Amino acid sequence: MEGRKPIVEIKNLSKYYRRDSQTVSVLENITLTIAEGEFFSLMGPSGSGKSTLLNLIAGIDKLDGGSIKVGGIDISYLSETELARWRAANVGFIFQFYNLIPVLNAFENIELPLLLTGLSRKERREHVDAALRLVNLVGRKDHYPGQLSGGEQQRVAIARAIITDPAIVVADEPTGDLDRVSAEDVLNLMERLNSTLGKTIIMVTHDPRAAEKAHVVRNLEKGVLQ
Amino acid sequence: MFPLKLLIKNAFRHKLRTFLTILSITIALVAFGILQTLIKSWYAGAETSSVYRLVARNAISLAFPLPLSYKDKITQIEGVSGVTYGNWFGGIYIEEKNFFANFAVEPKSYLTLYDYTIPSGQRENFLRDRRAALAGRKLINRFGWKVGDMITLKGTIFPGNWEFILAGIYHAGAGDVDESQFFFHWDYLNETIRKTMPHRVDYVDFYIIGMQNPGLAYEVASRVDNTFKNSLAETLTETEKSFQLSFVSMSEAIITAIQFVSLVVIVIIMAVATNTMIMSVRERIGEYAVLKTLGFGAWPIIGLILGESLVISLSGCAAGIALTFPVTSAIGKTLSNYLPIFKLDKRIFYFYGAASLLVGIVAAIIPAWRAVKIPIAEGLGRVP
Repeated sequence: MEGRKPIVEIKNLSKYYRRDSQTVSVLENITLTIAEGEFFSLMGPSGSGKSTLLNLIAGIDKLDGGSIKVGGIDISYLSETELARWRAANVGFIFQFYNLIPVLNAFENIELPLLLTGLSRKERREHVDAALRLVNLVGRKDHYPGQLSGGEQQRVAIARAIITDPAIVVADEPTGDLDRVSAEDVLNLMERLNSTLGKTIIMVTHDPRAAEKAHVVRNLEKGVLQ
Repeated sequence: MFPLKLLIKNAFRHKLRTFLTILSITIALVAFGILQTLIKSWYAGAETSSVYRLVARNAISLAFPLPLSYKDKITQIEGVSGVTYGNWFGGIYIEEKNFFANFAVEPKSYLTLYDYTIPSGQRENFLRDRRAALAGRKLINRFGWKVGDMITLKGTIFPGNWEFILAGIYHAGAGDVDESQFFFHWDYLNETIRKTMPHRVDYVDFYIIGMQNPGLAYEVASRVDNTFKNSLAETLTETEKSFQLSFVSMSEAIITAIQFVSLVVIVIIMAVATNTMIMSVRERIGEYAVLKTLGFGAWPIIGLILGESLVISLSGCAAGIALTFPVTSAIGKTLSNYLPIFKLDKRIFYFYGAASLLVGIVAAIIPAWRAVKIPIAEGLGRVP
């Protein structure tokens, strides 16, 4: 990965949560750089703050100190509206429990982020068909999440994550709810996204087999990066 | 179309809850429609009264009569085009539950001032025979009477059994006319009571005064009242509408209560719809967090919640409109003895639409605010 320009630059980041009158430190003085096109894995025990760090990188949470630059933009200064636009254009999300909309079928779930673009219906259809081919779910496009297996749902979620062609894909425990075979499929797919499409993958996991796919693995313990 | 599909699917995701909410909105709107129609029917007499007619009665109260001799004096007053008179008879047909309004009137002058539609020949028969009676179409249908039938009314104010021959049937001409009234000759009443109630002979309960120019109603009424000022029976003359409203005003408190209840009904459906939307959004807060994660801003989220709320409230509105017709029709038939003009004013559907829009918007405010304000991480259930 040497020589690649950084896509994520985190400096002295800190994050606290307030519970009643108490302030609980979640992340302390984190400094981290992730290169463009890297498959980066963040490991650590439950409660170590890895999902919080992922949320901060993805712009769905606000930091309390330090700075985060993603693609050269300091996202800590963006308003909620600006962050929403930025996320739509730059970040794809894969969640542990897929987080598909149950009343939309696979095709519609994948199409969802495209509604925020200026694409025509025909163009959206072409994009979704391509994504369905990539995740090998063409025959399941009319199925609703409840009619799909866990692995298939996660593949729909992956297709949704890349449909707008974001530079970064963040994945929070993407295999945490899957059996071994499905987990392997999903990891292979993510590996392809990274190697073939050049997506920067930032994955949180505590599964060592998942982490093996990554180029870089970092550990987070009690809010401190090891 | 895709967001529309999503909000419609969201609206009917919890079918039973949505159905019950729509049902509650439907029932509330129908109840509102019935109550408003009831109030309108209460005022129907006043609403359908003519601006060309005045009513003169005893200034003390309607319970006190006026001398028949006033008729000629009123006729001579400037601006008066015709005069008729009558008495409230208050007769009962077989039993009290068969109530209908019945009056003794001077038939020729009465039919000059009231433009009833009466089939050819029946008008002449009614005018010719002193024992003849004229009944409204609804009354005929209610009791299955036919022209030529002998009808006996039991007098309450004027004791005895009073026999009439049904000579004609009147229909409403244009507009809303009470078709459930019964008229007979004032002379028949006056002559009959000459022996039994001599003190009431040649007295009438009211005069109805026709005018050429309704713009002079106040002046003509003043002239009538001034004519009988300082007499033993002073008059109170007012427009037919004011006269009718004086009856309605006796029930003003009830009408105010009905108005209040009908508005409370709308507030209740707002609370029901809001509760439904709060529950729906709370259950789906994670999904809204996902949409926000994907880049959907506040307005699309508000749009989805507001749209869902409007789908529910407007479905209730549509069902309410569809149900209001048969329900008010059925109630109108049931109450036709007491409220002869129970007619649905279709303009009330504008209110249905406005109320449904308001309910939809109000019900969406709190859940939309919550969905927009909740931090994404919290919405996703990710806070450590």
